[in-house]
Amino acid sequence: MSKGDPLLEVTDLVKHFPIKSGVVVDREVARVRAVDGVSLSLREGETLGLVGESGCGKSTLCRAILQLTQPTSGSVKFLGEELVGRSRRDLRPLRRDMQMIFQDPFASLNPRKRVGQIVGDPLELHGLAKGAELKRRVQDLLDRVGLSPEHYNRYPHEFSGGQRQRIGIARALALQPKMIVADEPVSALDVSVQAQIINLLKELQDEFGLSYLFVAHDLGVVRHVSDRVAVMYLGKVVENSETEDLYRRPIHPYTNALLSAVPIPDPKRNAARERLVLQGDVPSPIDPPPGCSFHTRCPWATEICTTDEPALLEHAAAHVAACHHPRNVEEPVAQGSC
Amino acid sequence: MSTILKVDDLNVSFATEDGVVQAVGGVSFELRAGEVLAIVGESGSGKSVTAQTITGLTRASNARITGTVTYRGRELNGLEDDELRDVRGEQIAMVFQDPMSSLNPVYRVGDQITEMIRAHRDLSKREAADRAVELLRSVGIPNPERRVRHYPHEFSGGMRQRVMIAMALALEPDVLIADEPTTALDVTVQAQILRLLDQLNRDRDLAIILITHDLGVVAEIADRVLVMYAGQIVENATLDETFYDPQHPYTWGLLGSLMRLDQTRGARLAQIPGQPPSLLAPPKGCRFAPRCPHEFDKCSELPPLEPRVGGSHLDRCWLDPEEKKSRRVQVIS
Repeated sequence: MSKGDPLLEVTDLVKHFPIKSGVVVDREVARVRAVDGVSLSLREGETLGLVGESGCGKSTLCRAILQLTQPTSGSVKFLGEELVGRSRRDLRPLRRDMQMIFQDPFASLNPRKRVGQIVGDPLELHGLAKGAELKRRVQDLLDRVGLSPEHYNRYPHEFSGGQRQRIGIARALALQPKMIVADEPVSALDVSVQAQIINLLKELQDEFGLSYLFVAHDLGVVRHVSDRVAVMYLGKVVENSETEDLYRRPIHPYTNALLSAVPIPDPKRNAARERLVLQGDVPSPIDPPPGCSFHTRCPWATEICTTDEPALLEHAAAHVAACHHPRNVEEPVAQGSC
Repeated sequence: MSTILKVDDLNVSFATEDGVVQAVGGVSFELRAGEVLAIVGESGSGKSVTAQTITGLTRASNARITGTVTYRGRELNGLEDDELRDVRGEQIAMVFQDPMSSLNPVYRVGDQITEMIRAHRDLSKREAADRAVELLRSVGIPNPERRVRHYPHEFSGGMRQRVMIAMALALEPDVLIADEPTTALDVTVQAQILRLLDQLNRDRDLAIILITHDLGVVAEIADRVLVMYAGQIVENATLDETFYDPQHPYTWGLLGSLMRLDQTRGARLAQIPGQPPSLLAPPKGCRFAPRCPHEFDKCSELPPLEPRVGGSHLDRCWLDPEEKKSRRVQVIS
């Protein structure tokens, strides 16, 4: 399903947050391993879904990719250029091509600015339009995302959640970016409005050839929008595959558990399913378990899982998973030494 | 099964700066013993207000409540606050969406449960504390003897919700109202909590009113489903009828706009255009008409909630049931 060349290449990206303590001198006493060695790539025109439970590092990964938070180590290449280590000034020209849509349509819009200003600011900051031309372009954008040009002079509080999310989308589109990072763009919305926004995002993708890095905790939404899906657990990608293959035969036990935990809105099918209910909660990323970080909750864990961290291996075509005891594979792949 | 809770023509409105909000308009339904009744709807549909009004939590100087709520033959709406307090907790208990804000952060969990038990029961501190440990054990909290001495912030979201459920069960009520109990939780933890609720329903014959916006959760544990829209019930049917023979176009829209794990991916989702009406001035006729693709002349008049396809399956739509069959296949397969 290759749609083109890699637009974004993330290699071994790490973001640790130090926990400091001390009266006179701050000492690092521990670190939160929010993102702990993530590699992924996004091709042009493609949607990569990123799923995982709260605290698994999805949002930090997004922010580290866009350099909104400085990565601890690793590399992010966008359009062939390395982003890590660049100054804010050097990043600015590249920011035109990578924009973000946020989860909370209430917190992500400045309540004291009018819609026209919110959507028009990126154009003005990058010196792309001003005056009447600016207004015309903003109104075109509003129209494109399903708002009316008359909304130009309104304030964010006058809009519903779904409409606000459209404003956020218009702002992200303003600079005609190549890539949009969407962090839980529909999880704050009602189901019927979710469908409207998902349909809009798909239309825009087809029209402008956008690439999305689409973060969500809802596996149904991710399946619907993504070409490929990466599953995260405790700061690491544990499985990465083409969408249909991931949902048809999840290899990592965590992916199996996630899929099995989602209730299917069809009583008969739901009752007929075999379910795998995980025990316990996600461990703290401050002190993740040794070996495979999922072994504390994994029903198939053995000795090796508590000591050796499994590598991401290709178990099927374009389908990688990090597990010593992969599910849904006929022949176990020779385990490399880790 | 006998009816234990009956809500009849419940209307709740709130006076606000902008005008009178008609949050709930003419809601009637029955809850039978041991039943799991789901109330589904989007934000602002009146599902939480309905549930909170049952236990008198919406009583306020700006609220106007009419209609009756009858629990085992006793009318609750007209009760004084202190009389209602005995019903609440003893017979009808509630669990809320956000377990962090429902627990007092500065008291140990065990003390909060103990205090609650002693407010209603004549038990010594020791006996109540033992009961608290038993309760935590019964909802699947590991090491309950140790955990009773912990503070709420030392529990994870899922464990806190278990504490809330334990507390709700302390006085052995026969109705539990759970308002979005799993919405704030991750899916793997949600599965655990739903399993617990299901087990309580079976083992103790506990009737549950489950308020949710998630039709997956409904499919998982409900026996009967009320679909609410703009303050009114638009459909009241059994679980299977709701999913396999839905009568109201709003229910179709909800089912059609789901992104499911078990179906082939369509290019485009069936979306419901527009947004719910303002409850300051709801539409005169059918409240869904302005967004309904099947609207016709008659919809300017509000359809009553009545059986149109027989039995206990009620809906609020003027369309002919035969006509509906051919129209809904465009939205749901």
